Amino acid sequence: MAAVLDKPLPEAAPRRVARPIGRPPSRSRWMPIALTTVALAYVTIALFVPLAAVFVEAFRKGIAHYFASISEPDALSAIRLTFTAAAIAVPANLVFGVSAAWAIAKFDFKGKAILITLIDLPFSVSPVVSGLVYVLMFGLQGWFGPWLQAHDIKIIFAVPGIVLATIFVTFPFVARELIPLMQAQGRDEEEAAVALGASGWQTFWRVTLPNVKWGILYGVILCNARAMGEFGAVSVVSGHIRGTTNTLPLHVEILYNEYNFAAAFACASLLAFLALVTLVIKTVVERRFLKAAR
Amino acid sequence: MSIKIENVSKRFNDFVALDRVNLTIEPGELVALLGPSGSGKTTLLRVIAGLEVPDEGRIYFDSEDATDKDVGEREVGFVFQHYALFRHMTVFENVAFGLRVKPKKQRPSEAAIREKVHGLLNLVQLDWLGDRYPHQLSGGQRQRIALARALAIEPKVLLLDEPFGALDAKVRKDLRRWLRRLHDEIQLTSVFVTHDQEEALEVSDRVVLFDHGRIEQIGVPDEVYDHPATPFVYGFLGHANRVESRVDHGFATIGRARIAAPEYPAAVGATGTAYIRPHDLEIVDDAGQAAFSAKVEHIVKLGSTVRLELSDLSDGKPLETELTREGFDETSIATGDTIHLAARRARVFIDAPAASKETA
Amino acid sequence: MLTLRRPSVLPGFRLTLGTTLFYLALIVLIPLSAAFAKTLSMTWEQFWMTVTAPRVLASLRLSFGAAFIAALVNAVFGLLVAWVLVRNPFPGRRIVDALVDLPFALPTAVAGIALTAVYAPNGWLGAPLAALGIKVAFTPLGVLVALIFIGLPFVVRTVQPVLEDMEKELEEAARLLGARPFQVFMRIVLPTLMPALLTGFTLAFARAVGEYGSVVFIAGNMPMVSEIAPLVIISKLEQYDYPGATALAVVMLLASFVMLLAINLLQGWMRRRNAQERNV
Repeated sequence: MAAVLDKPLPEAAPRRVARPIGRPPSRSRWMPIALTTVALAYVTIALFVPLAAVFVEAFRKGIAHYFASISEPDALSAIRLTFTAAAIAVPANLVFGVSAAWAIAKFDFKGKAILITLIDLPFSVSPVVSGLVYVLMFGLQGWFGPWLQAHDIKIIFAVPGIVLATIFVTFPFVARELIPLMQAQGRDEEEAAVALGASGWQTFWRVTLPNVKWGILYGVILCNARAMGEFGAVSVVSGHIRGTTNTLPLHVEILYNEYNFAAAFACASLLAFLALVTLVIKTVVERRFLKAAR
Repeated sequence: MSIKIENVSKRFNDFVALDRVNLTIEPGELVALLGPSGSGKTTLLRVIAGLEVPDEGRIYFDSEDATDKDVGEREVGFVFQHYALFRHMTVFENVAFGLRVKPKKQRPSEAAIREKVHGLLNLVQLDWLGDRYPHQLSGGQRQRIALARALAIEPKVLLLDEPFGALDAKVRKDLRRWLRRLHDEIQLTSVFVTHDQEEALEVSDRVVLFDHGRIEQIGVPDEVYDHPATPFVYGFLGHANRVESRVDHGFATIGRARIAAPEYPAAVGATGTAYIRPHDLEIVDDAGQAAFSAKVEHIVKLGSTVRLELSDLSDGKPLETELTREGFDETSIATGDTIHLAARRARVFIDAPAASKETA
Repeated sequence: MLTLRRPSVLPGFRLTLGTTLFYLALIVLIPLSAAFAKTLSMTWEQFWMTVTAPRVLASLRLSFGAAFIAALVNAVFGLLVAWVLVRNPFPGRRIVDALVDLPFALPTAVAGIALTAVYAPNGWLGAPLAALGIKVAFTPLGVLVALIFIGLPFVVRTVQPVLEDMEKELEEAARLLGARPFQVFMRIVLPTLMPALLTGFTLAFARAVGEYGSVVFIAGNMPMVSEIAPLVIISKLEQYDYPGATALAVVMLLASFVMLLAINLLQGWMRRRNAQERNV
């Protein structure tokens, strides 16, 4: 995931001559059509079909059943927990992301490359391993296990654990979006502001923030999508207690394992819908605003 | 090989790039396609190469219809403005490329390829760079390698698209001369596109002037410069003073003077524009002999010539004259002085719409 | 280390770097070191025995093997999709372009059950395939399909910008020199795209190795046959075999670090290539 969010540093203006598009003389004009057909077929089978399946299966038992499934108490508490975890993880990661981006983009120091690599870490770690490390820290046999038990604080198999695991897996998103963006924008404007007498906070709020607001939105949406959808890490720390420690994805799993397919897909469709909204916002922000900022 | 372009037209959506262009290029000629951006010259070059297909018209190579031939079969050598060297290959591999991709039957042996490539690198005087990569070369070197690469396939015609456009001024001048000498040596029919009139006039056997997709004039450099056929050509090839003129029975007024305008014997009271090159506007002492009296606004010294920017006293319109440094130093002209000018030579074009748009 | 190279006009270095490091340590470094610390409580022998147990080896083979093949498939088809998106504009291109990111945005569990529904013996694609004698769901093949799904965007998104920036003139030059379209692709286009392609491949591979949610539904999860490594970790956890789970997790972490290193090197290569090209 790292490289996908790794936008290149500022480039000189493209020196290619802009040329009107003409049709190349080619006997093999069937080639582009063949390629396009294969590519579209692949995309349809690989992406469209599974996506469609979610919604079709969700409504298999009818609309009434659909709404019953998503408004059933356990489903609602799963939705609540999902929102809670996201509501904590996303702002926390936002603050972190902005801090990291400011430190990395506006200053030169040794060890920058290592720092960036560390920030990338959750992307290459398996979600299950991510959850496991928190169990090892806070679980009964973990480092802090006995201490927590003595104070009757539950982290693993309780909501705090879920929040922590969510923070871990989503924490690079905002940073990885803002770092290249702020690097590309340089330091000139901030230096000008400071030279005019602005304090650090003023510079940040009035100069930097407006420039990066779309990058922040972009990072936040991706962060949120992953936070609400995280499964593997949360599964390990959650204990799967219905009504308490189940996020929506976990609830989907439980329903599915009980062969309650239509209900499982109904809840899944909510998440799929969230994914589509994420994609739309992401595309709009990317096209309109981020291309200009770079 | 000769190239015949017959009634070629090409449009891109609404934009007309070429409008019924006709041109014949003789074997062994070095022809310049000259014109401003968007005039169609590059499009024509690409049509000859086969990179674009004309909407109308045909292209003939040595009287063989080549219009429908595929790019790879045309045996043209093409040199791009930004070189288009293959970055992941060495210089040697770049030049050898055209030989390596030949079908098995036509492909020369490895030894033959090596010999040919070294021969070409010698021709462009860069044999010592064979193992380098393009990004290690200077702009001028890259362009020479691009040329060697194009020549490797023994093309019948060489096409160059603003070959020196991306280079520094001095390098451009050097390479220009070098290209001319190379052409004299290998005698390959060559067509090059440029928007630099100095380059076109200096290097080519014939110049073709383009404007808005049409050919304005074709001729040897001296002819198009001394006898421009249209106002566009006149204005494009060097500076021009533009003055209103009235034409009557073969004579035209220029300022206070009159000159012969034998192209328009039948004109009666026609309005037109007279074009005078700055160096054809001579400074005279006698106001009675002069066509213009003007005030000196700026004196611009450019190395060996001096340009005087003037304003006509009669109507305030700008005029320009040029003289040698020595000539200027003999006078004592200063800014603000009034001087008198005679037009040694001028070209008059009547303002009738039909006349000014005729192609050569 | 971590001190300013040159004095800076801008304020906030200590604050922001401090926050960053604090957060990083708290959320990432300390928990990860807990994993390594735990394995120190095992002897080397115990560690080795755990990690080379047949079931564990089988799961590692499956996770890495399927991830590799899936990444290969994605490299080929991802290149194709990127090519078509950049070079062959077709109606609806924007929608397809946006949808390529679906595997990023869609929760893995949702992807998991959706893929299972599609490829199960009575599913939309599973039924015709079953008629041909090919079972997908609940077999290692299902694992492969799921890993292809989640890796799809990586190659497309790394190759796309490079393809967009590629000068048309390079291909034109090659064709003018007599190269046929296939030769142009193999000798000119592919070498230019290689750094991006390898980067995308490695990213897809790294993601697929550790993938859990989208795989665990379609996989069948039979030990020794269709059980992925993350699932083995979970079952060890459920049996309170913490050391065992941790040992396997450490193996996977080490693999992650190696892949992270490879990705960074590849991205560095890409960046240097870009800089060279801008220079030419």
